[in-house]
Amino acid sequence: MMLKNIIGLLAGLLFGIGLLISGMTDPVKVQGFLDVFGAWDISLALVMGGGLIVAIVGVQLAKRQQTSWIGTSIDMPSKTVITKKLLIGAMLFGIGWGLVGICPGPGIVLLGTGQWQAYVFIPAMIVGMLVYQWLEPRLNEFFD
Amino acid sequence: MGIQIDWQAFTPISLVGGLMLGVATVILLLGIGRIAGISGIFSSLLKPKRVEMWQVLFIAGLILSPLLYSLFRPLPDIEISTSIPLLIGAGLLVGFGTRLGSGCTSGHGICGNARLSPRSMAATVTFMLFGIVTVYIGRHLLGLI
Repeated sequence: MMLKNIIGLLAGLLFGIGLLISGMTDPVKVQGFLDVFGAWDISLALVMGGGLIVAIVGVQLAKRQQTSWIGTSIDMPSKTVITKKLLIGAMLFGIGWGLVGICPGPGIVLLGTGQWQAYVFIPAMIVGMLVYQWLEPRLNEFFD
Repeated sequence: MGIQIDWQAFTPISLVGGLMLGVATVILLLGIGRIAGISGIFSSLLKPKRVEMWQVLFIAGLILSPLLYSLFRPLPDIEISTSIPLLIGAGLLVGFGTRLGSGCTSGHGICGNARLSPRSMAATVTFMLFGIVTVYIGRHLLGLI
């Protein structure tokens, strides 16, 4: 289990440094990327593109592997149905992301760069997640 | 409403960052068999009975990454001019929306799309579209952001 924890920490460090290098932690760049009808900064298309190229190879390797390096099963989400819940969630997330140019990963990294705004954004994000957890049974009923 | 690319703001190094996100994702997937979905991993920290140690350490890694980065290079200049009410409103939407929609830019945008998951592709198109519309309305129509 020690190895699992070390891999978790290393992946987090690498992911965070990747976000810093990519420009995803800079809300000006993120909003510039989303500003398709203004002065459009297309740099962040390279982030998803670069991430995807490597991840596609990883997924193909994972399909040929019985288990992970530490011997556990490889969990791939199995749901395929596009639900209203999924789309409304993505819609609300997109609005919030556009408003400030911060998504969850970069928000967490910005806690470490000492940006005070992250100490407002992340607690609000936590509250949003807790509200979801609290309403989850009712939401599931509503969207069923 | 023509499209103009701001080449002066273009940073090709973003590709290097993107490749690193891919490598981190693959390490997690092949190494321990888990998906690198930040909103999902972070929200598991809010369920004390179900959280696993690797999830705590992954988030700790994200928070400590600027420190590691700063050992090699000065941290990038980041200027955030967003007001406090907007930060709170956006934080609430991002927190609630990513849980309702089962993921964010990492889990859907990188992992899910790499698996060609129809759900992730639909979610990615949706949050990109609404992000673009929000910036258009907020910046060009209302002048708020």
